Amino acid sequence: MPDERIPFATHADHTVLGADEIVLNMGPQHPSTHGVLRVKLRLDGEKVIGSECVIGYLHRGVEKIAEHRSYQQFAPYVDRMDYVAAVSNGLGYCEAVEKLLGAEAPPRARVIRTILTELQRIASHLFWLGTHALDIGALTPLFYCLREREEILKIFEKFCGARLTTHAFRIGGLQYEAYDELEKDVERFCTPFDKRVDEYESLLTENRIWVGRTKGIGILTAKEAIDYGASGPVLRASGVKWDIRKAMPYAAYDQYKFEIPTGKNGDTYDRYIVRMEEMRQSRLICLQAIENIPAGPIMGKVGKVLKPPPGEVYHAIEAPKGELGYYIISDGTTQPYRVRIRPPSLINLEAFDKMIRGHLVADVVAIIGTLDIVLGEVDR
Amino acid sequence: MLDQIVFYFFAALAVVSAILVVTRRNVVQSAIFLITALLATAGIFLQLHAEFLFIVQVILYAGGIMVLFVFVIMLINMDVSLHQLQFNRQWWLGLLLALVVGAELTIAIAIGRSHTAFGEPAPASALEPSTQLVGKVLFNEYMLPFEIASILLLVAMIGAVVMAKKKI
Amino acid sequence: MLMNLIHFVISIWVPLVCALIIVAVLPLVAGYIVLMERKVMADMQARLGPMRVGPHGLLQPIADALKLLIKEDIIPDEADKMIFWFAPLISVTAAMLAMSALAIGPWFQIADLNVGLLFIVGISALGIFGIVLGGWSSNSHYSLLGALRSAAQLVSYETAAGMAIVGGLLLAGTLSTREIIQAQNDYGTWFAFAAPVGFFVYIVASIAETNRAPFDLPEAESELVAGYMTEYSGFRWALYFLAEYTNMVVVASIATTLFLGGWLRPFAGTPAFNFLDGLPSVLMLGVGGYCFYRAPKQPVKVQKLFMVAVGLLMILAAIILAVPLIPAVGTMLPGLKPGLHGAFWFLLKVGLYIYLFMWLRFTFPRYRFDQLMRLGWQFLIPLSIVNVMGIGVALVLHRHWGWSHWTAFPLTTVLTLLVAGLLGWESEKKDKEHVFVGDA
Repeated sequence: MPDERIPFATHADHTVLGADEIVLNMGPQHPSTHGVLRVKLRLDGEKVIGSECVIGYLHRGVEKIAEHRSYQQFAPYVDRMDYVAAVSNGLGYCEAVEKLLGAEAPPRARVIRTILTELQRIASHLFWLGTHALDIGALTPLFYCLREREEILKIFEKFCGARLTTHAFRIGGLQYEAYDELEKDVERFCTPFDKRVDEYESLLTENRIWVGRTKGIGILTAKEAIDYGASGPVLRASGVKWDIRKAMPYAAYDQYKFEIPTGKNGDTYDRYIVRMEEMRQSRLICLQAIENIPAGPIMGKVGKVLKPPPGEVYHAIEAPKGELGYYIISDGTTQPYRVRIRPPSLINLEAFDKMIRGHLVADVVAIIGTLDIVLGEVDR
Repeated sequence: MLDQIVFYFFAALAVVSAILVVTRRNVVQSAIFLITALLATAGIFLQLHAEFLFIVQVILYAGGIMVLFVFVIMLINMDVSLHQLQFNRQWWLGLLLALVVGAELTIAIAIGRSHTAFGEPAPASALEPSTQLVGKVLFNEYMLPFEIASILLLVAMIGAVVMAKKKI
Repeated sequence: MLMNLIHFVISIWVPLVCALIIVAVLPLVAGYIVLMERKVMADMQARLGPMRVGPHGLLQPIADALKLLIKEDIIPDEADKMIFWFAPLISVTAAMLAMSALAIGPWFQIADLNVGLLFIVGISALGIFGIVLGGWSSNSHYSLLGALRSAAQLVSYETAAGMAIVGGLLLAGTLSTREIIQAQNDYGTWFAFAAPVGFFVYIVASIAETNRAPFDLPEAESELVAGYMTEYSGFRWALYFLAEYTNMVVVASIATTLFLGGWLRPFAGTPAFNFLDGLPSVLMLGVGGYCFYRAPKQPVKVQKLFMVAVGLLMILAAIILAVPLIPAVGTMLPGLKPGLHGAFWFLLKVGLYIYLFMWLRFTFPRYRFDQLMRLGWQFLIPLSIVNVMGIGVALVLHRHWGWSHWTAFPLTTVLTLLVAGLLGWESEKKDKEHVFVGDA
C-alpha cells in the first residue's frame, strides 16, 4: 500500500503486477495541460497511483510587483492573472481597495460592474466548456462556445476598448460612462443565450461517451472539498451550497434573484452540469440588471492620490473559478505594503492528486479540464 | 518460364529472409524478416492457385500472429538481447547437422523423382474455386477432426484466460 | 488470332491501366477527402474552413502536398533509421494494394480474385505493421504508446469487423466482389437491409480500424500528442496520412460492396424506379449550376474563371453521364451505362459513407481505452457472432423451409436486436460495478 500522504514515496512500492511503477512526465509542453502545468504521474500500467503538480512556469511575481506600484498602477496587473476572466479580477481588486479606503462605488457603477462581471463569468465558463470538451475529444463545442464568447468580448471592446485584459473598472467606480447601447447589446446577447446553452447540452449531456468519460471521474466529497479549501463550481458540485454572491453580497448582487446550482456526487459530470446551470443563472442576472440601471455619477469620491489609512483588509468575490480573495496591507503610503492574492485555481488544483488516484492516464486530461485552472492565476 | 521466375523469386526471398531471421541481432528486424518469409510463402501459395491458403497465410500468420509477436517484442527490453551472445560454441555442430539433413533430402528427392510420377498440373480454369473446395472438404470429409480441433482451441483459450486472470 | 490479341490486351492492359490510375489518382483523392473533411468540419462548426487557395479553397490539397514535399525530413538521432525510413511505406503499400480487388463499377477492377473480399481485408490489415514499426522505431514514449494502442485496437476490432463481413458473405455465398454485388441484385435488396445489425457492427468496427474518432486513441491529440506519427515530419508524415485516408476509402468500399449494393442503383431491380437513372446527370447539373451561381461572387477574376471552369466540367460530366441513356447509344454500346453509372453510384456511396465518418468525428467525444476495449470485446464481438447465427437461421428458413425473405430476415433481425439490448443492459450493469472510486 503506497503511503497516501507522500505522492512520491522514496521506497519501492509493490504494485499489483509486481512490475516497477513508471513515472510519466506530462507537460509543461503538452496540448492539454492548459498552458504550462507540469504533472508528474506515478503509473501502475495505465492506472495513476500518485501525482505531483509542478507549478511556477508562468510565475511573474505579481504580488511583489504590487509593492512597488501605486494602488491605481497595480490594477492592470491583476487582469493578467486569470486572463480568461480579467473583469472579475479587476472587480475583486477595486472593491478590496475601496474597502480599505472606506469608500464605496456609486449605485450606477455597481450595477454596471455586476453586468460586466456576469458576462465575464459566462465567457469564462464558455471557454472552459470548449476546451474541456476538446480535451475529451469533442471538437465541435469549442467553436460554438467561442462564437458566443466573441459577442461578449465585443461588448467589452465597446465598453472599454480592450477585449481580453480589460482593466474595465477603476478604484471608486468606473472611469468612463457606459456606451449608449450597452443595455441593448446585453439584451441581444442574453435573450437567445439559454437556447445556445441547450444546444451545447444537446451535444454532450446525454451523450453516452461523454457520460462514460465524466461520470464517477475525479470524485470529491463535500467534506473533502471543504477540507481542501475548494471553492466555486468545484465546491458546489460536491453539494455545498456556498456562493459569496449570496453569502457576502458585493457589487449589486443583493438586488437580484438567482439560484445557486449544486451537484450531488462531486464528479466531473456534476461539475459540468453545475457550470452549465451557472451560465443560465448569470444570464438571468444580466437580464434583471439591464432592466433598471440607476442614473447618477459613476465615480465615488476617492481622490486623485490614494492614501489609504494604515490597516489591512481581506475582500473576496465569487470569480468564475471560485473564491478570488485580495488581502491588502496598507502602511499609509501610496503603495500597498503587501498584497496577497488567493487564486481559486491554485487552491482547487490542490485537490488534483486526491481526484486522480485510481483513475487512468486518459482521465488526467479530464480532471485537469474539470478543475478549470488558468496557469496565469496559479503561478501569478 | 514466367512461372519459374516468379517461383524462384519467392523461394529465394523466403530462404534468405529465413536465414536473416536467425542471424539478425535486433529482434524487431528478425520479426520483420519473419514476416517477409511468411509473405513469400504466401506468394508461392498464390502461384499454385491456392488463393484461399494464400489469404489465410496473410491474414492469420502475417496479419494476426506477427502483430502480436511485434507487440510483445516492443514491450521487452531490447538492450538485453542486443548484448547477448548470439551463437554458442556448438554452432558448427548445428551447421553440420543442417548440412547432413539437407544432403539427405537432396538425395531422397533425386532418387525418388524417377520412382514417383507427378501428375500433370491441372489447368487453372478447371479448378473449382479453392475457398468452396476447402469448405466442402472440411465440413464433409473432415467434420470430426475439424470439430475436435475447434474444441481443443476453445479449451486452450479458456485455459489461457483462467491462468492469466487472477479474479474472474 | 485477332480475338486472342484482344483478349491478351484486355487481360494485361486493362488491369495495368486501372492500377496506374489508382496509384496516380489516389493521393489526389485523399487530398480532396482531407479538404472535404475540413469543409464539413467547418460547416458543422459555423466556420468557413480553407478559403484562400483557389476558390473556396479548392486548390488547398495541392498546396498542402507541395508544402509537405519540400519540408525537411527529420529523422530523430536515436531512431532505428532503416525501420523509421520504410515504416510509412508499408502502410501506404498495404492500403493501395487492398484497392486492387475492389470493383468500382463493372469496368473498373484490377483483379477479380475469387477470394476478393478476404484479400482486401487481409492486405489492408498488414498496414498495421507500418504503424507499429513506425511507432517503435521513433524511440519516443508517445509514439510507442500510440503504436501499442493501435495494434491492440486493430486486433480487437478486426475480429468484430470480420464477423460482420461473414454475415454478409453468408448471404452472398461468394467472396468475389463482383459476384457479391450480383447476388444483391438477385436478392432484390441490399444486404444492409437483410442484415442491418451486421452493417451497424461493421460501421463501428471500421471506424475503429481506421483509427478515426471517436476511436482515435492511437493519435489522441489531448493525450498522446500525435501518437505513432509524433516524430514524423514532411513527406513521410504525409505518407501516413495518405495511408489513413486510403484505408478510409477501402473500408468504405468494402461496406459499399457488401452492404450497400456496390455499383447498383437504388431499386436496381424495379423498372418503376428507372427514372433514377437520370439522377447522376441531374446531380452533376445541380453542382455545375451552383458553381455558376457562385462564380460572380468570387473576389478575384482568376477565381471567377476557375469557378466557371469547374461548373463547365460538372456539366460535361452530366452530359457524359446522360449519353448512355439515349436509346440508340444504349443498344449500340450496352456496356456503357453500367460502366459509367456503376462507377458513379459506387463513388457516391463511398463518399456518403466517408461523410458519415466525418459526421461522427465532429459530434462525439473520444472513448477511453478501457471503454473502447470493453465495447469491442463485450458488446460488438458477441453481437456480431449472434448476428452470424441469426443470418444462418434466416437463410435456412428461407432456402429450406420456403419462408419469404421478407419474413425471415426481419424476424431474425429483431431477435438479434433483442440480444443486443440484453448485451447492452448487461455491460451497463458491469459499467456501474466498474466505476472507479478514487482509491489507490
